[in-house]
Amino acid sequence: MGAGHAHKLYRQGHSPVHGLPPHCKLVAVFCFVLVVVCTPREAMWAFGLYAALLGAVAAAARIPAGFLLKRLVVEVPFVAFALLMPFVVPGEQTTVLGVSVSVPGLWGAWNVLAKATLGVAASVLLASTTELRAVLLGLQRLKLPPLLVQIASFMIRYGDVVTDEMRRMAIARRSRGFEARGVRQWRVLAASAGALFIRSYERGERVHLAMVSRGYAGTMPVIDEVTADRRQWAYAATLPVLALAVCLLGWTL
Amino acid sequence: MHVPDGFIDAPVSVAAGVFAAGAVAVSLRGARRELDERTAPLAGLVAAFIFAVQMLNFPVAAGTSGHLMGGALAAILVGPRTAVLCLSVVLLLQGVFFADGGLTALGVNVTVMGVVTVVVAYAVFRLLTGLLPRARRSVTASAFVAALVSVPASAAAFTLLYWIGGTTDIPIGKVFTAMIGVHVLIGIGEAVITALTVGAVLAVRPDLVHGVRGGPAAPLKLRVDGALVDAPAATRDPEPAAAPRSSRGLWITGLVSAFLLAGFVSFYASASPDGLERVAADQGIDEKAQEHGAAGSPLADYGVGDIANARLSGGLAGVIGVSATVVVGTGVFRVIRRRGEEPGTAPHDRDHENA
Amino acid sequence: MDDASPHTPPTAPSLEVSGLAYAYPDGHQALFGVNLTVRRGERVALLGPNGAGKTTLVLHLNGILEAGSGTVRVAGLPVAKRNLAEIRRRVGIVFQDPDDQLFMPTVREDVAFGPACAGLRGPELEERVLRALKQVGMEEYAARPPHHLSFGQRRRVAVATVLAMDPEILVLDEPSSNLDPASRRELADILRSLDVTVLMVTHDLPYALELCPRAVVLSEGVIAADDRTQDLLRDEELMRSHRLELPFGFDPGAVDVPSP
Repeated sequence: MGAGHAHKLYRQGHSPVHGLPPHCKLVAVFCFVLVVVCTPREAMWAFGLYAALLGAVAAAARIPAGFLLKRLVVEVPFVAFALLMPFVVPGEQTTVLGVSVSVPGLWGAWNVLAKATLGVAASVLLASTTELRAVLLGLQRLKLPPLLVQIASFMIRYGDVVTDEMRRMAIARRSRGFEARGVRQWRVLAASAGALFIRSYERGERVHLAMVSRGYAGTMPVIDEVTADRRQWAYAATLPVLALAVCLLGWTL
Repeated sequence: MHVPDGFIDAPVSVAAGVFAAGAVAVSLRGARRELDERTAPLAGLVAAFIFAVQMLNFPVAAGTSGHLMGGALAAILVGPRTAVLCLSVVLLLQGVFFADGGLTALGVNVTVMGVVTVVVAYAVFRLLTGLLPRARRSVTASAFVAALVSVPASAAAFTLLYWIGGTTDIPIGKVFTAMIGVHVLIGIGEAVITALTVGAVLAVRPDLVHGVRGGPAAPLKLRVDGALVDAPAATRDPEPAAAPRSSRGLWITGLVSAFLLAGFVSFYASASPDGLERVAADQGIDEKAQEHGAAGSPLADYGVGDIANARLSGGLAGVIGVSATVVVGTGVFRVIRRRGEEPGTAPHDRDHENA
Repeated sequence: MDDASPHTPPTAPSLEVSGLAYAYPDGHQALFGVNLTVRRGERVALLGPNGAGKTTLVLHLNGILEAGSGTVRVAGLPVAKRNLAEIRRRVGIVFQDPDDQLFMPTVREDVAFGPACAGLRGPELEERVLRALKQVGMEEYAARPPHHLSFGQRRRVAVATVLAMDPEILVLDEPSSNLDPASRRELADILRSLDVTVLMVTHDLPYALELCPRAVVLSEGVIAADDRTQDLLRDEELMRSHRLELPFGFDPGAVDVPSP
């Protein structure tokens, strides 16, 4: 997960979904996924409805389906694993396309695949409509310990800087004819990793000096605060509330 | 090692979330004491480093390569508390910002990949450096063993969680064998890289690896017309003495990890997706599904090989884990802070009590 | 902080360093008794070879390093633990790598950091941020993440981050390093336009000559020379003995410079 990759997720936009305060979106996505995983796996239609709900959000956010689907590809390696379950889980056997598979295994695979996919889609929607910085403000608003938010904020700020340093070191290695082919080159690579650590740590010390020089005494001043009014909360709540209705139907039907 | 959606049931997820929250709260407080107000920038930069170094490919052979997980490395370089914070933040950001690693799997993932790896690696490292003679080779050797042990330990912790709270019954006999084998292999890669990296840091800035700071200061001199004369006595305030500290938090962390591991050893009859992935590989179905470890992502790219698993680590486990993390974390943090506001805690004191 | 501004005479020099000595915790001594006075409104270049202790000296000016011996005063206020907040407001240090200095997610937040730490909030804070960004011509970039700016732009924002604190003295560590000629000139124009005392640590001797009427040489941990920049740069023997070299073809006597 490169930092470049990180930037690709967010899509600039002015849709109502983009405009929602980040903490409302965080809570909404969180509750949505919670509802999804609480849904009984036998209620297959419910998962279809969830997907439709996410589709509606994507439409409201003007996120093209192609973009969303492309992001779902991150799931692929896990699909292979889920597909294995019907073969290794013991239990009643059935025949699908001439292959003998286990019924509990099929259910297990379906359960994991459906819930995981919806979870990925919801997270991608969140990440593509909310800037990194806004997510941090949202987490801060949701009372994540401030120190953790600060660490995350520094990590985001310097992720690119450190990654760039690593790339420059790789270019410097290659410029001198070094090509990592196997285990024998690990020492050189590890030396780079060590150097990268030292540079990062020393930069941390310098950043601290720069902060202290401007009056930092252990707590970050709150410069921006996100707020949400009742209407925005209600708008954000639409998704999890509808999902909850679907879930309850799934349990009762 | 990332826990997929719907794999772990609610109670175990809650427990993992509470555990992760407690560990993070203890680490927050401990890191503050280790680094005082430098915590945020330093831990942030170390997290950025871990984030970056996970993308550094170590070619194994024939187009495969591995990369560092970084838990053991972080523990050895910056101490267990800061390391737990860094890894937790990396996992948090992978989940929340990049939709890589599930908004919802934090409790389990932080426990398995953050806390257990770090605590086990650090405990082994301290134990060995304490036993071995003081030499650079001892430090790298200890780093090697610490990293080697930390990977299967982390897999074991996950296996335990799955054994208690897995949602689908999977026969574990053959899987277990494969899984431990795989993780020992991954652990060897992790160990070699960790030891080499620690060695590289040792060679340049040994003070960054372990509290080799301080030492008796020579008297100050003034240069007067080219000659050196003694300066007047220093006006600096004496360093505040280190206050006695409660190691309660670390004890709890250590105990719970011990329980996790003990539980695993006693009840190894269990299954894990990792094992399954390995079995998948054995059966030729999925040569590529990759473990978040040092053995090779065939795509030679962290971004492609691994995230997927993290992404899938969502589920009830995480949902509840996250809520528990946030709620309990804040709560525990406050309680601990209130109870633990001992005056005069000194910065720069290093960790030795959980060795 | 209580014994801050009201009691300090307005005529106190911006910076007074006397007998400053310092050794790092590892035993390496970097400063061996530095004496330096910078009057209000002066622009002084601090020259010296690598390892002369320039950065160490700078870190004493706002109390990041504590004097092993000797004193530092900023506008009459001694640099000491009890005054640190006020001292750090008065001394604006612009570090060499703007990436170290710009640690907040956006330019605006970064410029706001200092004043916000000092307790400023709301419209007053916004006004201060905007003014500082205007001083360096970067007001259009307020919402940008620093990572997306050019190096020269980042250096200018770094200057704005300290200007926002209304400093008594601006301390710049290698301000012209890594700048292309155009950015270098833009920064010079900005620095000239500011009504503030400047201490500029640099290896860039033409830049020192252009901006600072007075220069001091720090060598082996003491001030080895203190003179008009032009005279100092023309003293070949002095220059040689402190490893200071002018760029090829540059004649410090041939340029017109403002008199101190």
